[in-house]
Amino acid sequence: MPAPIRLRELIRTIRTARTQAEEREMIQKECAAIRSSFREEDNTYRCRNVAKLLYMHMLGYPAHFGQLECLKLIASQKFTDKRIGYLGAMLLLDERQDVHLLMTNCIKNDLNHSTQYVQGLALCTLGCMGSSEMCRDLAGEVEKLLKTSNSYLRKKAALCAVHVIRKVPELMEMFLPATKNLLSEKNHGVLHTSVVLLTEMCERSPDMLAHFRKNEKLVPQLVRILKNLIMSGYSPEHDVSGISDPFLQVRILRLLRILGKSDDDSSEAMNDILAQVATNTETSKNVGNAILYETVLTIMDIKSESGLRVLAINILGRFLLNNDKNIRYVALTSLLKTVQTDHNAVQRHRSTIVDCLKDLDVSIKRRAMELSFALVNGNNIRGMMKELLYFLDSCDPEFKADCASGVFLAAEKYAPSKRWHIDTIMRVLTTAGSYVRDDSVPNLIQLITNSVEMHAYTVQRLYKALLDDISQQPLVQVASWCIGEYGDLLVSGQCEEEEPIQVTEDEVLDVLEGLLVSNLSTPVTRGYSLTAIMKLSTRFSSVNRIKKVVSIYGSSIDVELQQRAVEYNALFKKYDHMRPALLERMPIMEKSASNGPTEIVQTNGETEPSVVEPKHLPPVTQPVNQANDLLDLLGGNDVVPVIQTTMPTKPASAGGELLDLLGDLSLSAIPPMTAYNKNGLKIDFTFERANPNPNIAVITIHASNSTEADMTDFVFQAAVPKTFQLQLLSPSSNVVPALNQGTVTQVIRVLNPQKQQLRMRIKLTYTLKGSPVQDLAEVNNFPPQSWQ
Amino acid sequence: MNYLFQIRFILIQNRAGKTRLAKWYMQFDDDEKQKLIEEVHAVVTVRDSVSYALSVLFSQFRNFKIIYRRYAGLYFCICVDVTDNNLAYLEGIHNFVEVLNEYFHNVCELDLVFNFYKVYTVVDEMFLAGEIRETSQTKVLKQLLMLQSLE
Repeated sequence: MPAPIRLRELIRTIRTARTQAEEREMIQKECAAIRSSFREEDNTYRCRNVAKLLYMHMLGYPAHFGQLECLKLIASQKFTDKRIGYLGAMLLLDERQDVHLLMTNCIKNDLNHSTQYVQGLALCTLGCMGSSEMCRDLAGEVEKLLKTSNSYLRKKAALCAVHVIRKVPELMEMFLPATKNLLSEKNHGVLHTSVVLLTEMCERSPDMLAHFRKNEKLVPQLVRILKNLIMSGYSPEHDVSGISDPFLQVRILRLLRILGKSDDDSSEAMNDILAQVATNTETSKNVGNAILYETVLTIMDIKSESGLRVLAINILGRFLLNNDKNIRYVALTSLLKTVQTDHNAVQRHRSTIVDCLKDLDVSIKRRAMELSFALVNGNNIRGMMKELLYFLDSCDPEFKADCASGVFLAAEKYAPSKRWHIDTIMRVLTTAGSYVRDDSVPNLIQLITNSVEMHAYTVQRLYKALLDDISQQPLVQVASWCIGEYGDLLVSGQCEEEEPIQVTEDEVLDVLEGLLVSNLSTPVTRGYSLTAIMKLSTRFSSVNRIKKVVSIYGSSIDVELQQRAVEYNALFKKYDHMRPALLERMPIMEKSASNGPTEIVQTNGETEPSVVEPKHLPPVTQPVNQANDLLDLLGGNDVVPVIQTTMPTKPASAGGELLDLLGDLSLSAIPPMTAYNKNGLKIDFTFERANPNPNIAVITIHASNSTEADMTDFVFQAAVPKTFQLQLLSPSSNVVPALNQGTVTQVIRVLNPQKQQLRMRIKLTYTLKGSPVQDLAEVNNFPPQSWQ
Repeated sequence: MNYLFQIRFILIQNRAGKTRLAKWYMQFDDDEKQKLIEEVHAVVTVRDSVSYALSVLFSQFRNFKIIYRRYAGLYFCICVDVTDNNLAYLEGIHNFVEVLNEYFHNVCELDLVFNFYKVYTVVDEMFLAGEIRETSQTKVLKQLLMLQSLE
């Protein structure tokens, strides 16, 4: 058989292949030749063949049939064989093949070889891909080599030990004695690897960490070494751009970080040297910056004194001004991590950070944006917002959503004035309107509702924005809601803040109808505008036009629109007397943090319709449940229907107490009572006190039905004397099942600031076996604890 | 394992995506390796003009970072943990390239192709077990010449 071709030849031949197919053909031919050569057990050319195989493996072709051959090469006596063999082992074998265990013996022999290079090869292979079993077997040999005087081997042994510890953490103890003198080495390479070994041990085991801190006095030793590095002059071997052995410095700093973390003594011992490194290192090249960066990380992690921390943040600030993008990026990331703890220090670099918003690189812009939002506070809100809005205008779409949300959050927390807040929101909606998140629409609506004095200004600006552009859905939705609510302010030209525009009712309706028919509007938007048009029927005089629009949409293909239109039509026809009340101004909404199904609406003295069925609520996505009105029945008045009386105006503070949604209801020992028991319907009251306000009594009614038939359309109403305030939450259901199979519960909250005796009149309506039943009763037997 | 402050792999790729050297310090399946190589290639060629360190999430549980530098037509990439010091590893890459340059006398891509096993030797002299081992260029070169004489 002719001698197999040399490696060089093969590589050259393969490179001449012009197509993938040609290459594959050559390789297959060669593989076949190599396979037959292996079968012949030819020692002379094995090395060459395996080398060729490795090259083909690197190109991506399977080469596993060469694994055993690698082992044979390792067992050979020739250095070249061993070298290729180990390389092949590292490339082709890994832990999952059982074959690799066969290597263990070879490696063991080689670790004791007379030539250091062979020993080195063995250490290297073990260190790169040794499995746990191999490590266990060979750990002793590695430990022996750690103590040898040959520095070349000691370096390799140290890192090999690191690998062993990673694979088999229990063996860490074994290497402990060898580490005793590691740091007194002069040889930088050994020093470097020793530090790595010590780092690994300290990271893995807190016991080791404590041991090294106390017994070995590691910190002073490291400090000394670091000092020598900085102070000593020019050392040509390990010098990089004028700094002696930066790699070693970085590793020492990292080890110091681990040693100093949450340990006061160690942190103190290293304060000086850290300050020294921070101030003396040259920053003109990347090398110096690498060391400074590691120093900053260390300072941030240990318990350093505040002066040092300020120094670290200033270094980061300087990084931000550096031309190199890498350094700026690294600085921004670190600042983001520290902005919570060292807020003031970071604030000083605010202007630089804001400048980074204009950087060309995407990652830097993102970091700068996050950091800017973290830095916004009451003092700098105006300036920062200007920059951030400018950024919003010009940034990539991927940022716009996050930026918009960030702007809203910041504006909500720190807005200096309502007008500024509204202006900011307008700006965001008009520039990035289509990227705004869905949940911000209801939040914005609530915000606008709550700024009562700005209604005219807001609706005017929104109207003008709509005239310009109707493609951005969130903007359109908010605008149509506002026009629906405050359209009367719009046409009456009442705006104080800016020049009022002259607009007629028809023009407004034109715009809203335009939204309905436009292709740009989503179904949700169409729903908003239809309801807005409907609301205007009580605010505008051109009711007929509105009636026509609404009736057209009664046959719309969109089911949602159709349902709305049909219901509104019904409003016009059958329930016209209810229409003005239903379409009244929305009251101020309380932003509730809880996500319970019921939310309380604070009434602030305005007339408020209360409707039992939730279907006619305006289409705000927050579910709103109206509180039942209070009727002062104890003045001897007749029973009055549920809707339509003015609520006695209470001072705002008393109203606020009622809305203590988040007050936890702690049980106190108030006994329950039966309030009503007639005709099979029994109503029990149970009591709780609403903390923290002891003036509020929370009563839960439990209605049960002992008759044979269900009671449907069950409605419970209550009224209290003038000095009390009462709030009724929604019932669990309005069917009381028969034969006591279940209860309907409803929560009543009673505010009793004057601590008078609690009395209540209740009215019950339900349908039993097809006929409606109604009853009134007085409840006087409240236990004294409930109102004292 | 909470912290793996080590190098996960070292890659040398050319602009076309051909791997000139792949040294793995962690367990990966063959197809995982292939996927990683492709992902690295996709990422480094996009940001060609800036020598950069960036964060990449390879799969949902592994949070890696690639630090790379382009020298002529080759990308030298080191994959480390997200919390590692970018700048230090950039220096490491540069150190490595300088040694290659010295050893091969103005190294070019073809040198790396025809002498791939020697390149692995250089890597093994400078890195071991996922850590930087020897940083003194003179020492490394001396060792390499000794090894060469044994051949």
